Amino acid sequence: MNFLYAAYAATWIIHIGYLTTLVRRYARLKKEVDEMRRPGRG
Amino acid sequence: MSTVPPGVTRATLIKDLRLEWRSKDAINSMLFFALLVVVVFSFSFDPDAEESRQIAGGLVWVAFLFASVVALNQTWARELRNAVMDAYRVSPAPANSLFLAKAVGNFIFVCILEALMTPLFIIFYKLRALGPAWQLIPVALLGTWALVVNGTFFAAMSLRTRSREIMLPLLLFPISIPAILAMVNATTVILLGGEGPDTSAKFWIVLLGAYDVVFTTGCLLLFETVLNAE
Amino acid sequence: MKRIFPILAIVTAALLSYGLYAAMVIAPRELTMGDVQRIFYYHVPSAWTAFLLFFLNFVASIQYLVRPKPFADRLAKWVAVFIGVACCIGAFVFPLPEGVEPGSVATTGIAITAIYFVIRKFFSEQGTDALAVTTAEVGVVFCTVVLVTGPLWARPVWGIWWTWDVRLTSTLVLWLIYVSYLMLRRFSSSGQTPVLAAALAVFGLLDVPLVYFSIWIFRTQHPQPVIGGGGSIDPIMLRVLLINWLAFLCFAFLVCWSRYRLEMMKREVEEAQAMEGLLEPGGVR
Repeated sequence: MNFLYAAYAATWIIHIGYLTTLVRRYARLKKEVDEMRRPGRG
Repeated sequence: MSTVPPGVTRATLIKDLRLEWRSKDAINSMLFFALLVVVVFSFSFDPDAEESRQIAGGLVWVAFLFASVVALNQTWARELRNAVMDAYRVSPAPANSLFLAKAVGNFIFVCILEALMTPLFIIFYKLRALGPAWQLIPVALLGTWALVVNGTFFAAMSLRTRSREIMLPLLLFPISIPAILAMVNATTVILLGGEGPDTSAKFWIVLLGAYDVVFTTGCLLLFETVLNAE
Repeated sequence: MKRIFPILAIVTAALLSYGLYAAMVIAPRELTMGDVQRIFYYHVPSAWTAFLLFFLNFVASIQYLVRPKPFADRLAKWVAVFIGVACCIGAFVFPLPEGVEPGSVATTGIAITAIYFVIRKFFSEQGTDALAVTTAEVGVVFCTVVLVTGPLWARPVWGIWWTWDVRLTSTLVLWLIYVSYLMLRRFSSSGQTPVLAAALAVFGLLDVPLVYFSIWIFRTQHPQPVIGGGGSIDPIMLRVLLINWLAFLCFAFLVCWSRYRLEMMKREVEEAQAMEGLLEPGGVR
């Protein structure tokens, strides 16, 4: 039985892990865009 | 798809072989590496004659695989060093002749390595083929070509990547799995003769042939694109 | 377009929740394997989704390679059409292996052709490459799920974590090939990456049928436990399976969409940075 829960949990851990990396990459990109947009930079 | 004028291919091939022969650095290091591999494997697995026949197929091909990777990594390194790649790109010679020359050169090179390693394996593992030993020759030739043709292609592909040396095995091994499976099984079947569950290596040899045809075609079709992408 | 996303997200969440409920409660308890068999409802849809994604990657890679060359492009289009037609005709003309419906063969063929042309129409050259990256990454995620849930199912049922049966091994090889694909994309500098990766993807997908076939032949000579069995399936179980598949398909679609948008944004930023580097007097940032 434990295997069943482990399998379902593992599935969602993997998916959520991936989504987390996506969110982090997005945040990093956003930061870069904001930095580029800042007036008077450079 | 460009045709391959044999003259250009031959010329490139001869040039490569001559360079290799003159420098001898690659040959010497490869020889020593081959010897070391056999010795280390012998220390790690020290089976008696009966067991060794069952595992030798796998062991031998793993050893050849690693030796080929080391050899293949050398292939393009020299070209890069002397900016020869750009000269090839500019020349009117079709990309395929370069690829074939490199692949055949590597093939000869790896075959020599195998020829040197095999007697050592036979001695250390007390190998004796119970089946038709002559069948080992097409297995060796087709199998080596399978590794070399993809290896040359992927070596070209990993040229401009970071960690170039590790990229080659990373790309090569997964794709080569069917070929390796065929090689190992064919060798094991031949070594075991009629004893094992399979009695003929013919199927595996045919599979190797099919693999070679598919991937040689693929490499020839795509090599020009890869070369020009650099 | 942007407003669809939240709506679809809610629908997907609902589907996934219902799917989970159906898998745990509605589906009947399997006779021989017990409750552990319920892993099946996550394992199989993940596998089908992963294969679909990898197939999309294959199509995207081919398109990326052939689009600049008019002859190859036309040839590829005709091959796509041919596959669809051949499947439709062949399904009803030739004898099919056991358990395979002619309808599904025909539908698969038409789907392949349709996918090819839809991608061609809606994705620019850059877009095709971004699609390739997206499907490869999300495909690897789903494939990882398959490779993790598989052994977790196998261990209590058959007593072993792993076996070299056809399906598991082919899936592992597929996973390896696409991980190497992602590594190639990460390690090579941006100029040639798309072309090299596309070539690798094409090679990879040529490889998988060979793997499947060779192991199938090998294993019919050496019978091993076949994970997942064949044969007919209880109608309620089938329904639960399909619901979960639909849920995961929607989920995969959303994830791919997000990843695709991220990729396009990344490319815009890189392009802008490159332009600045060129235009800025006195050097690069």
